[in-house]
Amino acid sequence: MAKYLLLKHYRGAPASANDVPMDKWTPEEISAHMQYMNDFAARLTETGEFVDGQALAPEGTWVRYDGAGRPPVTDGPFAETKDLIAGWMVIDVDSYSRAVELAGELSAAPGAGGRPIHEWLELRPFLGGPPCITE
Amino acid sequence: MIPEVDELLLRSLTPSVLGILVRRGADFAAAEDAVQDALVEAVRVWPADPPRDPKGWLVTVAWRRFLDATRADAARRRREDLVEEEPAPGPAPAVDDTLQLYFLCAHPSLTPSSAVALTLRAVGGLTTRQIAQAYLVPEATMAQRISRAKRTVCGVRFDQPGDVATVLRVLYLVFNEGYSGDVDLAAEAIRLTRQLAAAIDHPEVAGLLALMLLHHARRATRTAPDGSLVPLAEQDRGRWDTKSITEGVEILQAALARDRLDEFQAQAAIAALHADAPTAEETDWVQIVEWYDELARLTDSPVVQLNRAVAVGEADGPRAGLAALAALDDSLPRHAAVAAYLHERDGDLATAARLYAEAARKAPNLAERDHLTRQAARLNARRCR
Repeated sequence: MAKYLLLKHYRGAPASANDVPMDKWTPEEISAHMQYMNDFAARLTETGEFVDGQALAPEGTWVRYDGAGRPPVTDGPFAETKDLIAGWMVIDVDSYSRAVELAGELSAAPGAGGRPIHEWLELRPFLGGPPCITE
Repeated sequence: MIPEVDELLLRSLTPSVLGILVRRGADFAAAEDAVQDALVEAVRVWPADPPRDPKGWLVTVAWRRFLDATRADAARRRREDLVEEEPAPGPAPAVDDTLQLYFLCAHPSLTPSSAVALTLRAVGGLTTRQIAQAYLVPEATMAQRISRAKRTVCGVRFDQPGDVATVLRVLYLVFNEGYSGDVDLAAEAIRLTRQLAAAIDHPEVAGLLALMLLHHARRATRTAPDGSLVPLAEQDRGRWDTKSITEGVEILQAALARDRLDEFQAQAAIAALHADAPTAEETDWVQIVEWYDELARLTDSPVVQLNRAVAVGEADGPRAGLAALAALDDSLPRHAAVAAYLHERDGDLATAARLYAEAARKAPNLAERDHLTRQAARLNARRCR
Protein backbone atom coordinates (compact mmCIF):
# COMPACT_ATOMS: atom_id res chain seq x y z
CA MET A 1 0.00 0.00 0.00
CA ALA A 2 1.17 3.52 -0.68
CA LYS A 3 -0.20 6.82 0.48
CA TYR A 4 -0.92 9.68 -1.89
CA LEU A 5 -1.95 13.25 -1.34
CA LEU A 6 -4.57 14.74 -3.67
CA LEU A 7 -4.23 18.51 -3.55
CA LYS A 8 -6.98 20.88 -4.61
CA HIS A 9 -5.99 24.47 -5.37
CA TYR A 10 -7.82 27.79 -5.03
CA ARG A 11 -5.30 29.21 -7.49
CA GLY A 12 -2.03 28.22 -9.10
CA ALA A 13 -3.34 25.13 -10.89
CA PRO A 14 -4.02 25.20 -14.65
CA ALA A 15 -7.58 26.39 -15.37
CA SER A 16 -10.36 23.78 -15.25
CA ALA A 17 -12.27 22.95 -18.41
CA ASN A 18 -15.59 23.96 -16.80
CA ASP A 19 -14.21 27.07 -15.09
CA VAL A 20 -17.15 28.94 -13.55
CA PRO A 21 -16.90 30.34 -9.99
CA MET A 22 -19.17 28.47 -7.63
CA ASP A 23 -21.39 31.42 -6.71
CA LYS A 24 -22.42 31.54 -10.37
CA TRP A 25 -23.74 27.96 -10.25
CA THR A 26 -27.31 27.19 -9.25
CA PRO A 27 -27.92 26.03 -5.66
CA GLU A 28 -28.87 22.59 -7.04
CA GLU A 29 -25.55 22.36 -8.90
CA ILE A 30 -23.71 23.21 -5.67
CA SER A 31 -25.65 20.51 -3.81
CA ALA A 32 -24.86 17.97 -6.53
CA HIS A 33 -21.18 18.86 -6.30
CA MET A 34 -21.11 18.47 -2.50
CA GLN A 35 -22.96 15.19 -2.77
CA TYR A 36 -20.42 13.89 -5.29
CA MET A 37 -17.52 14.79 -2.98
CA ASN A 38 -19.19 13.19 0.06
CA ASP A 39 -20.10 10.06 -1.88
CA PHE A 40 -16.54 9.80 -3.18
CA ALA A 41 -15.07 9.92 0.35
CA ALA A 42 -17.71 7.47 1.63
CA ARG A 43 -16.96 5.03 -1.18
CA LEU A 44 -13.21 5.19 -0.49
CA THR A 45 -13.88 4.58 3.19
CA GLU A 46 -15.80 1.46 2.20
CA THR A 47 -13.01 0.21 -0.05
CA GLY A 48 -10.51 0.84 2.74
CA GLU A 49 -8.62 3.49 0.80
CA PHE A 50 -9.64 6.74 2.55
CA VAL A 51 -7.24 8.25 5.10
CA ASP A 52 -8.08 11.92 5.59
CA GLY A 53 -9.71 14.90 3.93
CA GLN A 54 -9.52 18.54 5.02
CA ALA A 55 -10.37 21.97 3.63
CA LEU A 56 -8.33 25.11 4.22
CA ALA A 57 -9.47 28.72 4.53
CA PRO A 58 -8.20 30.98 1.76
CA GLU A 59 -6.50 33.37 4.17
CA GLY A 60 -2.98 32.64 5.37
CA THR A 61 0.26 34.22 6.50
CA TRP A 62 3.97 33.65 5.84
CA VAL A 63 5.91 33.29 9.12
CA ARG A 64 9.62 32.95 9.80
CA TYR A 65 12.07 32.98 12.72
CA ASP A 66 13.71 36.35 13.24
CA GLY A 67 16.44 35.57 15.77
CA ALA A 68 16.58 34.83 19.50
CA GLY A 69 14.36 36.94 21.71
CA ARG A 70 12.52 38.47 18.77
CA PRO A 71 8.97 37.70 17.71
CA PRO A 72 8.61 35.82 14.42
CA VAL A 73 8.34 37.92 11.26
CA THR A 74 4.98 37.63 9.56
CA ASP A 75 3.97 38.58 6.06
CA GLY A 76 0.43 38.23 4.87
CA PRO A 77 -2.14 37.67 3.71
CA PHE A 78 -0.64 35.69 0.85
CA ALA A 79 0.16 37.67 -2.29
CA GLU A 80 -2.09 37.14 -5.32
CA THR A 81 0.71 35.31 -7.13
CA LYS A 82 0.99 32.52 -4.55
CA ASP A 83 -0.31 29.03 -5.25
CA LEU A 84 -3.15 28.52 -2.83
CA ILE A 85 -4.10 25.08 -1.58
CA ALA A 86 -7.83 24.73 -0.93
CA GLY A 87 -7.73 21.33 0.69
CA TRP A 88 -6.62 17.77 0.35
CA MET A 89 -7.53 14.15 0.51
CA VAL A 90 -5.10 11.45 1.57
CA ILE A 91 -5.63 7.99 0.10
CA ASP A 92 -3.89 4.70 0.78
CA VAL A 93 -3.91 2.59 -2.38
CA ASP A 94 -2.16 -0.39 -3.95
CA SER A 95 -0.64 1.33 -6.92
CA TYR A 96 0.16 4.58 -8.63
CA SER A 97 -2.34 3.73 -11.35
CA ARG A 98 -5.12 3.35 -8.76
CA ALA A 99 -4.18 6.76 -7.32
CA VAL A 100 -4.38 8.33 -10.79
CA GLU A 101 -7.73 6.64 -11.41
CA LEU A 102 -9.18 8.02 -8.17
CA ALA A 103 -7.78 11.52 -8.75
CA GLY A 104 -9.44 11.43 -12.17
CA GLU A 105 -12.78 10.52 -10.59
CA LEU A 106 -12.50 13.32 -8.03
CA SER A 107 -11.69 15.77 -10.81
CA ALA A 108 -14.92 14.78 -12.56
CA ALA A 109 -17.08 16.28 -9.78
CA PRO A 110 -20.02 18.09 -11.39
CA GLY A 111 -19.96 21.89 -11.64
CA ALA A 112 -21.90 24.51 -13.59
CA GLY A 113 -24.54 22.97 -15.83
CA GLY A 114 -24.05 19.67 -14.00
CA ARG A 115 -21.05 18.96 -16.26
CA PRO A 116 -17.72 17.70 -14.84
CA ILE A 117 -15.35 20.47 -13.75
CA HIS A 118 -12.25 18.72 -15.13
CA GLU A 119 -10.35 20.41 -12.30
CA TRP A 120 -6.59 19.84 -12.19
CA LEU A 121 -5.60 18.03 -8.97
CA GLU A 122 -2.05 17.61 -7.80
CA LEU A 123 -1.12 14.00 -6.95
CA ARG A 124 1.86 13.59 -4.64
CA PRO A 125 3.25 10.33 -3.23
CA PHE A 126 4.13 10.25 0.47
CA LEU A 127 7.70 9.40 1.45
CA GLY A 128 7.10 6.49 3.79
CA GLY A 129 9.46 4.60 6.12
CA PRO A 130 12.19 2.30 4.80
CA PRO A 131 11.21 -1.36 4.31
CA CYS A 132 12.38 -3.99 6.82
CA ILE A 133 13.42 -6.45 4.11
CA THR A 134 16.27 -4.93 2.18
CA GLU A 135 17.74 -7.93 0.36
CA MET B 1 -28.07 -12.43 25.62
CA ILE B 2 -25.69 -10.52 27.81
CA PRO B 3 -27.17 -7.15 28.82
CA GLU B 4 -25.05 -4.13 28.01
CA VAL B 5 -23.68 -1.91 30.74
CA ASP B 6 -25.66 1.29 31.25
CA GLU B 7 -22.84 3.58 30.17
CA LEU B 8 -24.59 6.75 31.31
CA LEU B 9 -25.24 5.35 34.79
CA LEU B 10 -21.63 4.25 34.97
CA ARG B 11 -20.33 7.64 33.90
CA SER B 12 -22.70 9.54 36.19
CA LEU B 13 -21.06 7.75 39.14
CA THR B 14 -17.56 8.81 38.05
CA PRO B 15 -17.21 12.14 39.89
CA SER B 16 -18.51 10.90 43.23
CA VAL B 17 -16.31 7.79 43.15
CA LEU B 18 -13.30 9.93 42.27
CA GLY B 19 -14.24 12.39 45.02
CA ILE B 20 -14.35 9.60 47.61
CA LEU B 21 -10.86 8.41 46.64
CA VAL B 22 -9.46 11.93 46.86
CA ARG B 23 -11.11 12.45 50.27
CA ARG B 24 -9.53 9.22 51.46
CA GLY B 25 -6.15 10.75 50.74
CA ALA B 26 -5.42 9.61 47.20
CA ASP B 27 -3.79 12.28 45.06
CA PHE B 28 -6.01 13.43 42.24
CA ALA B 29 -3.90 12.18 39.30
CA ALA B 30 -3.49 8.65 40.68
CA ALA B 31 -7.11 8.48 41.81
CA GLU B 32 -8.30 9.54 38.37
CA ASP B 33 -6.29 6.76 36.71
CA ALA B 34 -7.65 4.24 39.22
CA VAL B 35 -11.25 5.29 38.54
CA GLN B 36 -10.71 4.95 34.78
CA ASP B 37 -9.39 1.43 35.38
CA ALA B 38 -12.44 0.63 37.50
CA LEU B 39 -14.78 1.90 34.74
CA VAL B 40 -13.08 -0.34 32.18
CA GLU B 41 -13.36 -3.26 34.60
CA ALA B 42 -17.06 -2.53 35.16
CA VAL B 43 -17.79 -2.63 31.44
CA ARG B 44 -16.06 -6.04 31.33
CA VAL B 45 -17.57 -7.61 34.45
CA TRP B 46 -21.02 -6.10 34.99
CA PRO B 47 -22.88 -7.65 32.03
CA ALA B 48 -22.35 -11.16 33.43
CA ASP B 49 -22.27 -10.20 37.09
CA PRO B 50 -24.13 -6.95 37.83
CA PRO B 51 -23.36 -5.53 41.28
CA ARG B 52 -26.13 -4.74 43.76
CA ASP B 53 -24.42 -1.47 44.70
CA PRO B 54 -22.73 -0.12 41.54
CA LYS B 55 -21.16 2.86 43.28
CA GLY B 56 -19.81 0.79 46.18
CA TRP B 57 -18.39 -1.69 43.65
CA LEU B 58 -16.63 1.09 41.74
CA VAL B 59 -15.20 2.61 44.95
CA THR B 60 -13.86 -0.77 46.10
CA VAL B 61 -12.29 -1.65 42.75
CA ALA B 62 -10.90 1.86 42.16
CA TRP B 63 -9.44 2.00 45.68
CA ARG B 64 -7.80 -1.39 45.19
CA ARG B 65 -6.34 -0.24 41.88
CA PHE B 66 -5.07 2.90 43.56
CA LEU B 67 -3.45 0.88 46.37
CA ASP B 68 -1.83 -1.52 43.89
CA ALA B 69 -0.41 1.36 41.90
CA THR B 70 0.73 3.22 44.99
CA ARG B 71 2.27 0.10 46.52
CA ALA B 72 4.26 -0.49 43.36
CA ASP B 73 5.33 3.09 43.58
CA ALA B 74 5.95 2.95 47.33
CA ALA B 75 8.13 -0.13 47.04
CA ARG B 76 10.47 2.04 45.13
CA ARG B 77 10.10 5.09 47.26
CA ARG B 78 9.79 3.40 50.66
CA ARG B 79 6.70 5.38 51.42
CA GLU B 80 4.11 2.98 52.70
CA ASP B 81 2.43 4.93 55.46
CA LEU B 82 -0.47 6.08 53.30
CA VAL B 83 -1.47 2.61 52.17
CA GLU B 84 -1.34 0.63 55.41
CA GLU B 85 -5.04 0.18 55.84
CA GLU B 86 -8.20 0.72 53.91
CA PRO B 87 -10.34 3.40 55.55
CA ALA B 88 -13.96 2.66 56.30
CA PRO B 89 -16.21 3.92 53.50
CA GLY B 90 -18.35 6.11 55.78
CA PRO B 91 -20.96 8.54 54.52
CA ALA B 92 -19.50 10.40 51.57
CA PRO B 93 -20.43 14.02 50.85
CA ALA B 94 -21.06 13.11 47.22
CA VAL B 95 -22.52 16.42 46.08
CA ASP B 96 -19.66 18.50 47.45
CA ASP B 97 -17.10 16.17 45.91
CA THR B 98 -18.71 16.44 42.50
CA LEU B 99 -18.66 20.22 42.71
CA GLN B 100 -15.03 20.26 43.81
CA LEU B 101 -14.13 18.10 40.83
CA TYR B 102 -15.76 20.53 38.43
CA PHE B 103 -13.74 23.36 39.99
CA LEU B 104 -10.50 21.41 39.83
CA CYS B 105 -10.96 20.35 36.20
CA ALA B 106 -11.79 23.91 35.13
CA HIS B 107 -9.04 25.48 37.24
CA PRO B 108 -7.91 28.86 35.89
CA SER B 109 -4.32 27.57 35.58
CA LEU B 110 -5.48 25.22 32.78
CA THR B 111 -5.77 26.22 29.13
CA PRO B 112 -9.31 25.89 27.73
CA SER B 113 -8.45 22.75 25.72
CA SER B 114 -6.85 21.10 28.77
CA ALA B 115 -9.78 22.00 31.02
CA VAL B 116 -12.22 20.58 28.47
CA ALA B 117 -10.28 17.30 28.16
CA LEU B 118 -9.83 16.88 31.92
CA THR B 119 -13.49 17.65 32.63
CA LEU B 120 -14.68 15.11 30.04
CA ARG B 121 -12.46 12.42 31.55
CA ALA B 122 -12.53 13.04 35.29
CA VAL B 123 -16.10 14.35 35.59
CA GLY B 124 -17.67 12.86 32.47
CA GLY B 125 -16.03 9.45 32.72
CA LEU B 126 -15.21 9.33 29.00
CA THR B 127 -12.14 7.40 27.92
CA THR B 128 -9.12 9.15 26.41
CA ARG B 129 -9.89 7.42 23.11
CA GLN B 130 -13.45 8.74 23.03
CA ILE B 131 -12.29 12.28 23.81
CA ALA B 132 -9.55 12.05 21.17
CA GLN B 133 -12.08 10.88 18.57
CA ALA B 134 -14.49 13.65 19.45
CA TYR B 135 -11.80 16.30 18.98
CA LEU B 136 -10.19 14.60 15.95
CA VAL B 137 -6.70 14.34 17.44
CA PRO B 138 -4.52 11.24 17.89
CA GLU B 139 -5.16 9.31 21.11
CA ALA B 140 -1.54 9.76 22.24
CA THR B 141 -1.90 13.54 21.88
CA MET B 142 -5.05 13.57 23.98
CA ALA B 143 -3.42 11.31 26.60
CA GLN B 144 -0.55 13.79 26.90
CA ARG B 145 -2.93 16.73 27.11
CA ILE B 146 -4.78 15.06 29.97
CA SER B 147 -1.69 14.02 31.92
CA ARG B 148 -0.18 17.49 31.56
CA ALA B 149 -3.45 18.96 32.81
CA LYS B 150 -3.34 16.64 35.82
CA ARG B 151 0.22 17.73 36.60
CA THR B 152 -0.84 21.36 36.35
CA VAL B 153 -3.53 20.98 39.00
CA CYS B 154 -1.64 18.54 41.26
CA GLY B 155 -0.83 21.28 43.76
CA VAL B 156 -4.37 22.63 43.96
CA ARG B 157 -6.10 21.83 47.24
CA PHE B 158 -9.22 19.78 46.66
CA ASP B 159 -11.32 21.64 49.20
CA GLN B 160 -10.69 25.12 47.85
CA PRO B 161 -13.86 26.72 46.52
CA GLY B 162 -13.61 27.55 42.84
CA ASP B 163 -15.25 29.94 40.43
CA VAL B 164 -18.47 28.71 38.85
CA ALA B 165 -17.88 31.01 35.86
CA THR B 166 -14.76 29.08 34.80
CA VAL B 167 -16.69 25.80 34.96
CA LEU B 168 -19.50 27.24 32.85
CA ARG B 169 -17.05 28.43 30.21
CA VAL B 170 -15.70 24.88 29.90
CA LEU B 171 -19.17 23.36 29.62
CA TYR B 172 -20.17 26.01 27.05
CA LEU B 173 -17.12 25.06 24.94
CA VAL B 174 -18.00 21.38 25.09
CA PHE B 175 -21.60 22.06 24.06
CA ASN B 176 -20.59 24.24 21.14
CA GLU B 177 -18.37 21.50 19.75
CA GLY B 178 -21.54 19.58 18.83
CA TYR B 179 -20.88 16.03 17.83
CA SER B 180 -18.37 14.15 15.76
CA GLY B 181 -17.41 10.51 15.93
CA ASP B 182 -19.46 8.40 18.32
CA VAL B 183 -19.47 10.85 21.23
CA ASP B 184 -22.29 13.37 21.37
CA LEU B 185 -20.51 16.28 23.05
CA ALA B 186 -23.60 18.50 23.11
CA ALA B 187 -25.58 15.83 24.96
CA GLU B 188 -22.62 15.23 27.25
CA ALA B 189 -22.38 18.96 28.03
CA ILE B 190 -26.08 18.98 28.93
CA ARG B 191 -25.61 15.96 31.19
CA LEU B 192 -22.65 17.57 32.95
CA THR B 193 -24.44 20.92 33.31
CA ARG B 194 -27.52 19.17 34.70
CA GLN B 195 -25.29 17.36 37.20
CA LEU B 196 -23.66 20.67 38.12
CA ALA B 197 -27.07 22.30 38.56
CA ALA B 198 -27.93 19.49 41.00
CA ALA B 199 -24.75 20.15 42.96
CA ILE B 200 -25.01 23.93 43.21
CA ASP B 201 -27.97 26.28 43.28
CA HIS B 202 -26.84 29.10 41.04
CA PRO B 203 -28.85 31.19 38.53
CA GLU B 204 -25.98 31.31 36.02
CA VAL B 205 -25.77 27.50 35.95
CA ALA B 206 -29.52 27.37 35.41
CA GLY B 207 -29.18 29.96 32.64
CA LEU B 208 -26.58 27.91 30.79
CA LEU B 209 -28.59 24.70 31.19
CA ALA B 210 -31.69 26.44 29.81
CA LEU B 211 -29.67 27.86 26.92
CA MET B 212 -28.29 24.42 26.03
CA LEU B 213 -31.69 22.73 26.24
CA LEU B 214 -33.37 25.36 24.07
CA HIS B 215 -30.71 25.12 21.37
CA HIS B 216 -30.49 21.34 21.58
CA ALA B 217 -34.24 21.19 20.95
CA ARG B 218 -33.67 22.48 17.41
CA ARG B 219 -30.80 20.18 16.57
CA ALA B 220 -32.63 17.67 14.37
CA THR B 221 -33.90 20.49 12.14
CA ARG B 222 -30.69 22.49 11.86
CA THR B 223 -29.20 20.42 9.03
CA ALA B 224 -30.79 18.88 5.95
CA PRO B 225 -30.26 15.18 5.20
CA ASP B 226 -27.37 16.14 2.87
CA GLY B 227 -25.62 17.96 5.72
CA SER B 228 -26.36 21.50 4.55
CA LEU B 229 -27.37 24.14 7.11
CA VAL B 230 -31.03 25.08 7.49
CA PRO B 231 -31.49 28.65 8.78
CA LEU B 232 -33.76 29.24 11.78
CA ALA B 233 -36.57 30.75 9.70
CA GLU B 234 -36.70 27.68 7.42
CA GLN B 235 -36.52 25.00 10.10
CA ASP B 236 -39.44 22.60 10.51
CA ARG B 237 -40.67 23.80 13.90
CA GLY B 238 -42.96 20.79 14.21
CA ARG B 239 -39.84 18.69 14.69
CA TRP B 240 -38.38 20.81 17.49
CA ASP B 241 -38.08 18.83 20.72
CA THR B 242 -40.95 20.21 22.80
CA LYS B 243 -39.90 18.31 25.92
CA SER B 244 -36.51 19.95 25.84
CA ILE B 245 -38.09 23.36 25.19
CA THR B 246 -40.53 23.02 28.08
CA GLU B 247 -37.76 22.04 30.46
CA GLY B 248 -35.51 24.86 29.22
CA VAL B 249 -38.26 27.47 29.60
CA GLU B 250 -39.14 26.29 33.13
CA ILE B 251 -35.52 26.39 34.25
CA LEU B 252 -35.09 29.82 32.66
CA GLN B 253 -38.21 31.26 34.29
CA ALA B 254 -37.12 30.07 37.72
CA ALA B 255 -33.69 31.61 37.17
CA LEU B 256 -35.06 34.93 35.90
CA ALA B 257 -37.35 35.15 38.93
CA ARG B 258 -34.27 35.43 41.12
CA ASP B 259 -33.44 38.74 39.48
CA ARG B 260 -29.75 38.12 38.94
CA LEU B 261 -29.53 38.42 35.19
CA ASP B 262 -26.39 37.25 33.39
CA GLU B 263 -25.34 36.56 29.80
CA PHE B 264 -26.52 32.94 29.71
CA GLN B 265 -29.99 33.79 30.98
CA ALA B 266 -30.32 36.62 28.46
CA GLN B 267 -29.19 34.37 25.60
CA ALA B 268 -31.57 31.65 26.80
CA ALA B 269 -34.41 34.21 26.89
CA ILE B 270 -33.77 34.98 23.21
CA ALA B 271 -33.73 31.26 22.37
CA ALA B 272 -36.98 30.84 24.35
CA LEU B 273 -38.68 33.59 22.31
CA HIS B 274 -37.73 31.76 19.10
CA ALA B 275 -38.96 28.48 20.57
CA ASP B 276 -42.24 30.16 21.49
CA ALA B 277 -43.04 31.31 17.93
CA PRO B 278 -45.24 28.79 16.06
CA THR B 279 -43.92 30.19 12.76
CA ALA B 280 -40.90 32.33 11.91
CA GLU B 281 -43.27 35.19 10.94
CA GLU B 282 -44.83 35.19 14.41
CA THR B 283 -41.47 35.73 16.16
CA ASP B 284 -41.60 38.54 18.74
CA TRP B 285 -38.64 40.45 17.31
CA VAL B 286 -39.38 43.57 19.37
CA GLN B 287 -38.86 41.63 22.57
CA ILE B 288 -35.80 39.92 21.11
CA VAL B 289 -34.23 43.33 20.40
CA GLU B 290 -34.91 44.28 24.04
CA TRP B 291 -33.10 41.15 25.20
CA TYR B 292 -30.15 41.97 22.92
CA ASP B 293 -30.07 45.40 24.56
CA GLU B 294 -29.91 43.70 27.97
CA LEU B 295 -27.20 41.41 26.68
CA ALA B 296 -25.22 44.38 25.34
CA ARG B 297 -25.28 45.89 28.84
CA LEU B 298 -23.85 42.65 30.26
CA THR B 299 -21.09 42.10 27.72
CA ASP B 300 -19.09 44.21 25.30
CA SER B 301 -18.95 41.31 22.82
CA PRO B 302 -19.30 42.70 19.28
CA VAL B 303 -21.01 39.46 18.27
CA VAL B 304 -23.99 40.53 20.37
CA GLN B 305 -24.15 43.81 18.44
CA LEU B 306 -24.03 41.91 15.17
CA ASN B 307 -26.90 39.63 16.19
CA ARG B 308 -28.77 42.66 17.49
CA ALA B 309 -28.52 44.27 14.04
CA VAL B 310 -30.26 41.21 12.55
CA ALA B 311 -33.01 41.45 15.17
CA VAL B 312 -33.43 45.19 14.55
CA GLY B 313 -33.70 44.40 10.84
CA GLU B 314 -36.59 42.06 11.58
CA ALA B 315 -38.31 44.33 14.13
CA ASP B 316 -37.95 47.70 12.40
CA GLY B 317 -37.13 46.78 8.80
CA PRO B 318 -33.90 46.08 6.91
CA ARG B 319 -32.90 49.77 6.64
CA ALA B 320 -32.91 50.06 10.44
CA GLY B 321 -30.86 46.85 10.62
CA LEU B 322 -28.34 48.22 8.12
CA ALA B 323 -28.11 51.44 10.14
CA ALA B 324 -27.34 49.42 13.28
CA LEU B 325 -24.78 47.43 11.31
CA ALA B 326 -23.09 50.58 9.98
CA ALA B 327 -21.93 51.40 13.53
CA LEU B 328 -19.94 48.13 13.71
CA ASP B 329 -16.45 47.21 12.52
CA ASP B 330 -16.78 45.43 9.17
CA SER B 331 -13.86 43.12 9.96
CA LEU B 332 -16.02 41.30 12.54
CA PRO B 333 -16.60 37.61 11.79
CA ARG B 334 -19.91 37.14 9.92
CA HIS B 335 -20.29 40.89 9.31
CA ALA B 336 -20.52 40.32 5.54
CA ALA B 337 -23.09 37.55 6.04
CA VAL B 338 -25.33 39.81 8.13
CA ALA B 339 -24.94 42.67 5.65
CA ALA B 340 -25.82 40.32 2.78
CA TYR B 341 -28.96 39.14 4.55
CA LEU B 342 -30.14 42.69 5.32
CA HIS B 343 -29.45 43.91 1.77
CA GLU B 344 -31.44 40.98 0.40
CA ARG B 345 -34.36 41.87 2.66
CA ASP B 346 -34.03 45.43 1.41
CA GLY B 347 -34.33 44.20 -2.19
CA ASP B 348 -30.76 44.97 -3.28
CA LEU B 349 -30.01 41.54 -4.68
CA ALA B 350 -26.81 42.47 -6.53
CA THR B 351 -25.16 43.81 -3.36
CA ALA B 352 -26.51 40.89 -1.35
CA ALA B 353 -25.10 38.32 -3.81
CA ARG B 354 -21.69 40.01 -3.79
CA LEU B 355 -21.65 40.10 0.03
CA TYR B 356 -22.77 36.46 0.35
CA ALA B 357 -19.86 35.43 -1.90
CA GLU B 358 -17.49 37.55 0.22
CA ALA B 359 -18.95 36.04 3.42
CA ALA B 360 -18.40 32.55 1.98
CA ARG B 361 -14.69 33.30 1.45
CA LYS B 362 -14.40 34.39 5.09
CA ALA B 363 -16.56 31.61 6.57
CA PRO B 364 -15.06 29.92 9.63
CA ASN B 365 -16.29 26.42 8.75
CA LEU B 366 -17.29 24.34 5.74
CA ALA B 367 -20.99 24.12 6.55
CA GLU B 368 -21.32 27.91 6.70
CA ARG B 369 -19.20 28.35 3.60
CA ASP B 370 -21.39 25.98 1.60
CA HIS B 371 -24.53 27.66 2.92
CA LEU B 372 -23.31 31.16 2.04
CA THR B 373 -22.13 30.03 -1.41
CA ARG B 374 -25.59 28.61 -2.03
CA GLN B 375 -27.18 31.89 -0.94
CA ALA B 376 -24.98 33.80 -3.42
CA ALA B 377 -25.81 31.25 -6.13
CA ARG B 378 -29.54 31.48 -5.38
CA LEU B 379 -29.54 35.30 -5.81
CA ASN B 380 -27.29 35.20 -8.88
CA ALA B 381 -29.56 32.60 -10.50
CA ARG B 382 -32.64 34.72 -9.76
CA ARG B 383 -31.04 37.88 -11.16
CA CYS B 384 -30.05 36.13 -14.40
CA ARG B 385 -33.58 34.99 -15.16
